[in-house]
Amino acid sequence: MKCERCNKRAVFHITDILGPAQLKELHLCEECAARYLSEPIPGTQLASSSGTSAEIELLQQWEQLHCPECGATFKDFRNTGRLGCPHDYEFFQEQLRQLLESIHGEIRHLGKVPSRLATPERRRLELARLRRQMQELINAERYEEAARLRDQIRQLEARMQS
Amino acid sequence: MRLDDLLHSTGEWLRGEGPESDVVVSTRVRLARNLADFPFPNRASALQCGEIESLLRERLQQLSETWQLTYWPLHRLSDLDRQFLVERQLISREHAHANGQRGVAIREGETISVMINEEDHLRMQAIRSGLQLDEAWREINRLDDELSERVCYAFSEEYGYLTACPTNVGTGMRASVLLHLPALTLTKQMEKLLRALQKMNLAVRGLYGEGTRASGDLYQISNQVTLGRSEEEILRSIRECVSDIVAWERNVRELLLREMRSGLLDRVHRSLGTLRSARMMSADETLELLSSVRLGVILGLLDDLTVPRVNALLLQTRPAHLQKIHGESLDSEEQDAVRARYLRAQLRHVQLN
Repeated sequence: MKCERCNKRAVFHITDILGPAQLKELHLCEECAARYLSEPIPGTQLASSSGTSAEIELLQQWEQLHCPECGATFKDFRNTGRLGCPHDYEFFQEQLRQLLESIHGEIRHLGKVPSRLATPERRRLELARLRRQMQELINAERYEEAARLRDQIRQLEARMQS
Repeated sequence: MRLDDLLHSTGEWLRGEGPESDVVVSTRVRLARNLADFPFPNRASALQCGEIESLLRERLQQLSETWQLTYWPLHRLSDLDRQFLVERQLISREHAHANGQRGVAIREGETISVMINEEDHLRMQAIRSGLQLDEAWREINRLDDELSERVCYAFSEEYGYLTACPTNVGTGMRASVLLHLPALTLTKQMEKLLRALQKMNLAVRGLYGEGTRASGDLYQISNQVTLGRSEEEILRSIRECVSDIVAWERNVRELLLREMRSGLLDRVHRSLGTLRSARMMSADETLELLSSVRLGVILGLLDDLTVPRVNALLLQTRPAHLQKIHGESLDSEEQDAVRARYLRAQLRHVQLN
């Protein structure tokens, strides 16, 4: 079989997942494949720039902002898809909110909390998480598991008061 | 442990055992973590990368005895050795090709690897063969607990664990299940499946992770959402979805056996025939052919082979493994010839039924 981009022997047979229900078959030689595989995959760029002129103007303003801790600008983030340091989440909060919402649907953490956080803070977060989980179990009519969580919540509450 | 000692085993993920291992190759749960007081690796200076690496290496060394960890400084390994670790799923392609001081700690038996200075300061993963989401999560969670006693993670009440890319923020957890779906692929059901997974916010990738294409009918399914859901919820949604896919794949396999037995037999035996007689064989073609052979073994159409043996061939014919077994570096055409010779030698005595 010949390469689809030049005429050498095709040694790479690639099935590309383009998106929901779209597959693309490609047969390439080694060189073309190496080039192809290092190209960015369409549609995976974060925060693509499309929008009204007012939005574009706002984006241009945002792009000038830079984090006082690490010096990264919002433009750096838009170009690379990577933030510069943990403080960027605070500093670019307003800019990131919409993006986080579109990626995750929610913008508040509900999972594990590191053990090195101050203890009362950790317990408070743990309580919030357990309560929400219990509510979900009740909604799913999984009462036995919910009861187990309720007991855990009571223990934790008692410990916080003592 | 020497790196070459790994060469003749397949590691945990290709052991070919564990629950649902007729369809599920392996399970992986990885956590992304960062230190509170440093920029992320992409913005850290060479000096800072060095500081991060030595700090985390030192903390990992405190755990290395109980966790049986061996540490490899990647910046001191050859390209071939790094590629070798990528093929074993112990480091990512990005980690292999990055610059600067970085490393990986690997547990004996290859059930855990901890990457330092990948996209995040820490990427730790537990790997299990078959479908074992809870087991993998429990183990990596315990290692995370022990590490978090020793370092201060970047964490915010609102956004959880802070990561270089906002697609990982929150739990920092990516749980992925590697599925072998030859029957769904053969009967052209994959598009339907991909559409359904998309709606459930699950991502599908090829064998070697982000940006890689599906080959050998191997698909990795993982969660896309990491913020606003607990680890248990994320694991539950993947478990439920994977159970459905496993049942679907099994149904179609049975249907093929019933309705298309001779066609299926022909495909399996042609694949084996090509593997043991070809004179030039690319890594990707090997993967495609081994997929049919693996299906044949699982459906009892080839009694003289086992899944672990097929898995071993899959790994040992990848470019870096092949070159290490051969003992010298080879260009792509030489690799194809050596690969074909290796497969012929390995499969020569397989009895056909």
